[in-house]
Amino acid sequence: MQTTNSSRETILGAIRNSLPKDKVEHPRIPHFQRSGERLKTEFERHLQEAGGVAHDVATVAEAEARLMTLHPGAKVICSAVPEIAGTRRAEDRDPHEFADVDVGIVRALFGVAESGAVWLTQEDLVVDALAFLSQHLIVLLDPEQIVSDMHEAYRRVRLDETAFGCFMMGPSATADVEATLVHGAQGARSLNLFFLPPAQMPVVPASTKTSRPEPGA
Amino acid sequence: MSNAKQVDPAKAAELFIIHDQIHEPMHDRFLWGTMQRRDAEAAAIPEWEELREIASKIKEHTLTHLDHYLEEFEANATKRGAHVHWALDAAEHNEIVHSILKDHGVKEMIKSKSMLQEECHMTPFLENRGIKVIESDLGERIQQLDGQPPSHIVFPAIHKTRKDVAQLFARTVGTDPNNDDPHLLTEVIRNNARPRFLATGAGMTGGNFAIAETGTFMVCTNEGNADIGASVPPLHIASIGIEKLIPRVEDMGVFLRLLARSAEGSPLTQYSSHFSGPRKGGELHIVLVDNGRSRRLGMADFWHSLKCIRCGACMNTCPVYRRSGGLSYGATYSGPIGVILDPTFDEFKYSELPFHSTLCGSCSDVCPVKIDISDQILKWRRVMAERGYLPLVKRMSFAVAGHVLGHPEEYHAMEKVAAPAMDYAPHFLLYNRSLNPWGRSRELPQIAKQTFRDWYLANRSEHADDEQ
Ligand code: SF4
Repeated sequence: MQTTNSSRETILGAIRNSLPKDKVEHPRIPHFQRSGERLKTEFERHLQEAGGVAHDVATVAEAEARLMTLHPGAKVICSAVPEIAGTRRAEDRDPHEFADVDVGIVRALFGVAESGAVWLTQEDLVVDALAFLSQHLIVLLDPEQIVSDMHEAYRRVRLDETAFGCFMMGPSATADVEATLVHGAQGARSLNLFFLPPAQMPVVPASTKTSRPEPGA
Repeated sequence: MSNAKQVDPAKAAELFIIHDQIHEPMHDRFLWGTMQRRDAEAAAIPEWEELREIASKIKEHTLTHLDHYLEEFEANATKRGAHVHWALDAAEHNEIVHSILKDHGVKEMIKSKSMLQEECHMTPFLENRGIKVIESDLGERIQQLDGQPPSHIVFPAIHKTRKDVAQLFARTVGTDPNNDDPHLLTEVIRNNARPRFLATGAGMTGGNFAIAETGTFMVCTNEGNADIGASVPPLHIASIGIEKLIPRVEDMGVFLRLLARSAEGSPLTQYSSHFSGPRKGGELHIVLVDNGRSRRLGMADFWHSLKCIRCGACMNTCPVYRRSGGLSYGATYSGPIGVILDPTFDEFKYSELPFHSTLCGSCSDVCPVKIDISDQILKWRRVMAERGYLPLVKRMSFAVAGHVLGHPEEYHAMEKVAAPAMDYAPHFLLYNRSLNPWGRSRELPQIAKQTFRDWYLANRSEHADDEQ
């Protein structure tokens, strides 16, 4: 790679020599009119078109029950969210250790109505691979956290604060064999989304963390 | 000028068409279906045309300040912990990738789809040096197992039937040749790829966009294969063409709204991933590649082709592409975008491609970044005429080309006068048996009372060639 530095100069030099004479201004991106549809309804409709399924769940207990109905045979349920324990906590480990996960549980910061996509970052996933090696995914989303379109979505993402972020729109899909849609090509085979606001965890000072009260105690 | 053989797309297209009664109609039907989904998505967004205009302007702005944005991207990506390399051409790109892999002792590498890596012929280069390269995108994997390049920039194996795939997998992976269920065939590759993802020391991706403001690059896939390759192995290498730059995070909203809708008629791809620096505990290398792009930027007539975001919409709408199959272009980039990009790599080898078009203009109409594709095709015809690359052209019965192609302003004048008949021109050109092989296996349809060609012959007969 000893040539790299000189290539950098050569390329930048060639670009400067070739730059079109008439400079073009960066255009202004206007605020576009939103559709009249309720954000949650529009989100659900698009999520479904993308192969995901949305569920209204009222409580954490209901979410856990739904999880067991959806994936009765799951052995390894790896959770990156505080509300649901799973059989294993997502921890900062080597990504290869996530290869046996049947169901991954993550929380998305927000969803996008115009596509049914959710925004997941490295911080939400604990380890990125959880989102891609898990055979199935459960995504928790606060129904209040839905933005209308991608313009609004990009006003919320902080690419300067995370090494990885992904708009995920349903499960893995392909149409490479005779244009037939198949889910589960490489990543998750299914994506179920639970509408569930974050649990109001009691705020405990760091020094007393070990004696955290049990919910309802 | 190269010593490569001139590509003859008409002859290759003829083989695709006469091969059987199955492949070409299927190809046509699938791509047209995709185009109809694109049209529906575009129609559902009131600001669609405004978005196209803004996207076009952002790209033009970036390209007219490209040196600045590349430096900004490099500085920010480096700050985030990525190693940024610069490659003048395909050879240097391949050398850089090879040396990174060698340094890390990687013997088998898994990659997601990247047209740039195709353009650089990276896989054969690495394989000749003892590094096995596995494609992880299903369509790309199918093509790799068949020893073929991708035939479409979004749907690499769209020219194959499920029977073709079943037989290919039976030959290469050892599955049942009679089971051609797409679900089963997809599962075969999933199970084949997964242990490789877990065993490999490196994953490679391309990059759909690179954001100068944050040093981030983006990869869009439906399978999530790029994400496994980026999140599991310790090393991630990304190849990015220097034209993929965009200035700001805010700009991404415009491009992501356009990309997947134009490509496949869906609001987004299933995964739109943003990489700003290496994954926790991992290493990230970004190779910025020129390979002729800076030269193209200096071509007054053709630099707009650098705006391309590789959605493939121009291919899906193109009547010639749909009937020819992508492999008939004999180049990395096929369809209308290929017609205007390929000659910038090799004028002689691809001198026929600008004539592999009906100039119906539909490509320009659907292009999300408003590239004047059909105008550029016409300008390339003039270049080819001026360079004397006409013999094969005459064989294709575009013998009138010599004069008109040298005078595009006349062509445009004709276009205007013949506007009512222009709707029929592509069909006429496509289906007339005596004219060209695309239509040879087809019935002659009803032709407009006065076709573009009738009009042309009546008004320009003094230039018409004997072969008419
Ligand atoms: S030229 Fe336009 S329509 Fe064709 S692939 Fe590029 S962006 Fe898409």
